[in-house]
Amino acid sequence: MRIEELRDHLCAQYPDLCPLFSIEFGDGVLLVECDELYEAALNLKQLGFDRLGMLTAVDRIEHFEMVYRLTSRSMSTGIFLKCSVPRDNPVTRSLFSLWPAALWQEREVFDLFGIDFEGHPDMRRILLPDDWVGHPLRKDYEDDRVIKRPDYI
Amino acid sequence: MNETEHELAGTGANDSGVSEELVLNVGPSHPSTHGVCHVIVNVDGEIITKVRPVIGYLHRGIEKMCENRTYLQIVPLTDRLDYVGSMYANWAYCRAVERLAGIRVPERAEYIRVIVCEMQRIASHMMSLGSTSNDTGAATMFIYTFDIRERIIELFEELCGARLTYNYVRPGGVSFDLPDGWTDQILECTVSARAKFDDIDSMYFGNVIARGRLKGVGVLSAEDAVAWGASGPTARGSGVNWDLRKHDPYSVYPRFDFDVPTGSNGDAYDRARVRLFECYESCRIIEQAISQMEPGRVKAEGLPRLIKPRPGEAYDHIESARGSLGVYIVSDGSPRPYRVKFRSPAFCNLALLPMLAEGQLLSDLVVVLGSLDPVFGEVDR
Repeated sequence: MRIEELRDHLCAQYPDLCPLFSIEFGDGVLLVECDELYEAALNLKQLGFDRLGMLTAVDRIEHFEMVYRLTSRSMSTGIFLKCSVPRDNPVTRSLFSLWPAALWQEREVFDLFGIDFEGHPDMRRILLPDDWVGHPLRKDYEDDRVIKRPDYI
Repeated sequence: MNETEHELAGTGANDSGVSEELVLNVGPSHPSTHGVCHVIVNVDGEIITKVRPVIGYLHRGIEKMCENRTYLQIVPLTDRLDYVGSMYANWAYCRAVERLAGIRVPERAEYIRVIVCEMQRIASHMMSLGSTSNDTGAATMFIYTFDIRERIIELFEELCGARLTYNYVRPGGVSFDLPDGWTDQILECTVSARAKFDDIDSMYFGNVIARGRLKGVGVLSAEDAVAWGASGPTARGSGVNWDLRKHDPYSVYPRFDFDVPTGSNGDAYDRARVRLFECYESCRIIEQAISQMEPGRVKAEGLPRLIKPRPGEAYDHIESARGSLGVYIVSDGSPRPYRVKFRSPAFCNLALLPMLAEGQLLSDLVVVLGSLDPVFGEVDR
């Protein structure tokens, strides 16, 4: 399905979500508030986005941006769902009850970014040891092991 | 990795001689875990009651390393993700960079990418089938599958000088054009490989012991496969007809005629057999690609020496041997990416292990693990 058709389909079904939709680099992006993330994800699931393909975060310095990539088999397309998590209180709602695929991927985000997921059944570190200090993919993470390359460019 | 989870193995019996639940540590260094996977298993007699996979032993922080390198310097790092199928990670990463930087890839380069990736799929599936057969006691099949894989790796060595970490697909094309006579060797290879696939099918999948070890083990329903984000042969073995090459086509795949094999029972047998049937389809794609390919450039014209995409973000994905491999790149306009995320299919598929292995016999744990075909370079990143 082309991205414009997806937008029209989304706007017809869920007019509330329509103004939040934009197109970036050929991908549909739906930017919502984190309080409304679960509802929006539920709506998209009902619209036909049956798989949670990818889930990650980006450290935007002033806040964290949660990025969810949902894909639909029936529509042969994907969409991004995004929300901003405040840096001083990095908590958002888990999507585990919608897609069990979130089980490990949310643990990974917790491990590497320190974002907590409410309602997650097993919130532990996954890649790093339990006694690791800090969350490496945060931009302010410092460690002796991180080699800073010179700015030769 | 979770060090507090290390538990001492019990004796399995209390003072009165009544059996009790036993905790076993399988791995991290165990020949059947296909890498450094540590699985803590609770067993009641021979039945598995609980499975806790512990991953992260191979975590090198590749996503963090990417933030400190230029776009071109990251390509060799992607080789180290899925070291059984390096071409896929190369290609997925390059597609995301090309989308971000607006680079158009010449047609010949797209055909070469398809050919090497389908060769890679055969090599990777041969690795998976060989180790599955070895785990189930059929060591002879291991030699058959590695015979095919070795030939493909020799051809890759001739192509780019490396046997495993190719660094061949680059943003804007591929690093070199094909050597003279290489396509003829590939065609010979596909002809002889087809005959060997037939041998493997009758020798292994027709074998009563192999059927007994694989059938009905680790059954995954189609609904669970979709909900848990499984992809590749793991999902297709359960009858989920979802292949990015067919259903969200990229590159020149729409020009080829091929089928997507699917299973029906979702057990280890179907997953393994789907892998074998995919190899036949890969041969078909390779032959069509070679006949359609025309001479031309293998690298985009006017490629900058230093790629500086405009600020923004891009996601692209391809169908790797393990499933949908996605790369998400965020650019801030500098020569280095702001954030790179690899959506690894092996990581998502491995999350199914507790669900599939619980209730099975302990000896089936390695079969279930092998049927998910994890590569730990990609799981741990």
